[in-house]
Amino acid sequence: MEPAGPGQHESPPEPSHDEPHLPAPTLWPLGFAIGIVVVLVGLVVNPEIVSPIGGAIAIVFGFLWARAATAELRGHAVVVEPERRELRETEAGEVGAALGEEAGAPPARGERFPRSRFLEGATLGLGGLIGGIVTLPVAGFAVLPPFLGQRRHEVDLGPISDFPEGSWFIATFLTDPAEGEVSRRTAFVRNNGVFNNQPSFTIISNRCAHLGCPVQANGPTGAILGKKTITEHTKNGVVKLEPVVPAGFGCPCHGGQYDTEGNRTAGPPVRALDRYAFEIRNGRLILLGTYSVSHVDGTGAQARIHKYKLAGPGEHVDGPEQWLYPLNPPHQ
Amino acid sequence: MAYRRPPTKAQLRRQRMEALVNYPLDWLEERSGLVGGVRYFLFRKVPGDVNWMQTLGSAALTAFIVQAVTGVILAMYYKPTPNEAYRSIQNITDHVTLGWLVRGMHRWGASVFIILMFLHMGRVFLFGAYKYPRELNWIVGVLILVLGMMEGFTGYLLPWDQTAYWATVVGINLNGTAPFLGPFIAQFLRAGQEIGADTLTRFYSLHMMLIPGGIIALIGLHLYLVVRLGVTSPPWSKEAAGMALADEEPQPLRPGLTRPVPRGIAAARPEAGGSK
Repeated sequence: MEPAGPGQHESPPEPSHDEPHLPAPTLWPLGFAIGIVVVLVGLVVNPEIVSPIGGAIAIVFGFLWARAATAELRGHAVVVEPERRELRETEAGEVGAALGEEAGAPPARGERFPRSRFLEGATLGLGGLIGGIVTLPVAGFAVLPPFLGQRRHEVDLGPISDFPEGSWFIATFLTDPAEGEVSRRTAFVRNNGVFNNQPSFTIISNRCAHLGCPVQANGPTGAILGKKTITEHTKNGVVKLEPVVPAGFGCPCHGGQYDTEGNRTAGPPVRALDRYAFEIRNGRLILLGTYSVSHVDGTGAQARIHKYKLAGPGEHVDGPEQWLYPLNPPHQ
Repeated sequence: MAYRRPPTKAQLRRQRMEALVNYPLDWLEERSGLVGGVRYFLFRKVPGDVNWMQTLGSAALTAFIVQAVTGVILAMYYKPTPNEAYRSIQNITDHVTLGWLVRGMHRWGASVFIILMFLHMGRVFLFGAYKYPRELNWIVGVLILVLGMMEGFTGYLLPWDQTAYWATVVGINLNGTAPFLGPFIAQFLRAGQEIGADTLTRFYSLHMMLIPGGIIALIGLHLYLVVRLGVTSPPWSKEAAGMALADEEPQPLRPGLTRPVPRGIAAARPEAGGSK
């Protein structure tokens, strides 16, 4: 080999050194394996003749294998193929680097994208790509379902004849009977009579407009009034209508108070109680979904409701604070 | 002339026993270096006048380990579904052997863990142990505290009684009132518009998988930094930790990467440079 000129590092590839430094391979394990195969085949074909032959083969080769494997322990010299490595002529001062582990050829002048950099980039890039392919769907699985496919549940509260004009009821119902009791919700319902030839109802959600606790009716209920709770079996499970005479509504958690139209009268709530949209279908009262209310002017059938898209508890729907909540996740 | 007597039989037996005990350790050390690693971790040099207050960190770690172990065992009996959750908690408390004890350890240990973290934090603050070069460890510690509180929040729902349910309603809606992203955070936590079965399993998964994993990783980083940076001397220490540090100029990887040489204590009081 010609000595490399100064400053010139191109050299023929190094001879590979990957000969095994192990005892010379033996064929005994192969014979042992064949013996085992013959045993297994024999079990299917002819257990009485073929299998014992296989067993004999396995035992013989197994013995030979064990003898070879333990030769060193028993003091026999092991036949090791000597490692051969060509001595390269190198420039002085480069010996260590050229023969040691860090012997990667330094990049030639003008070589701007050496192999090692390419491999580095490829490893990181491919690793990142595989990581991304695996991570993205999983992260989507964790994050997206709460925002997609949220259904609006209609609720059948039973015939409107259950609701005498002017009386309040605490209605409890399952919004999603498939999900069970965990979907039970409460609303306060009052029949306001007929207004402009349309039946009018006030249906107030019991979800506090402060932080979502269950608002209670401030007033005597069924047993005290001497009135019975009406039970209807509708597609929304067991619907219970408990008569009540509320002076207003109050929240047990942080003391928010509302009047019978759901307007905030005291405490921390930021708006009036949410209401249910409804319709009368075949003489039955159907709840369609909730909307938010900033406040209500007037009462009963004459009430003027300032309605907004459903917002979470504690979110302002009017005033300058509403700009804190420009976007709301898809509801219903 | 000293005459060495040959070892007696008892001494020989003792030597053989030692060899027997050391053999597996040596085997492990030769192949992994783990024995040396553990010794390096446990038998570090610490200032001579360390204080009992400086055990609060390991106390908090112990509390976390108790939470992890009891939590794993509670998970063997707990059922995170709306119909079964409360019943399974009652079963653990009233019927499973020693269930009351393990649940109690987990329930009270949760508070102990948080309290110890705060006490540890107060010690670090009062000892000035958050100062250069340990600022990063303070930040890691704060993250552990935040994750610990998230453990408290998610764990509180799991008994699925009225307190748990409404506390979680309020907690989620509190998140919902955060400006701009709040409503989205709330809907993510709630797993939908309303609290339901998915909320419970989501909180369960966060409580026993994701957040503990994060805490364990951060504890590892926290301990690594403790070992690397050493233990701080108490403020009243005569050894005045850090005074000898400024002899060596920190070598930044690039100019401007670390802050300039502290012109602090050592420069101002050169006579205090060495410890006596």
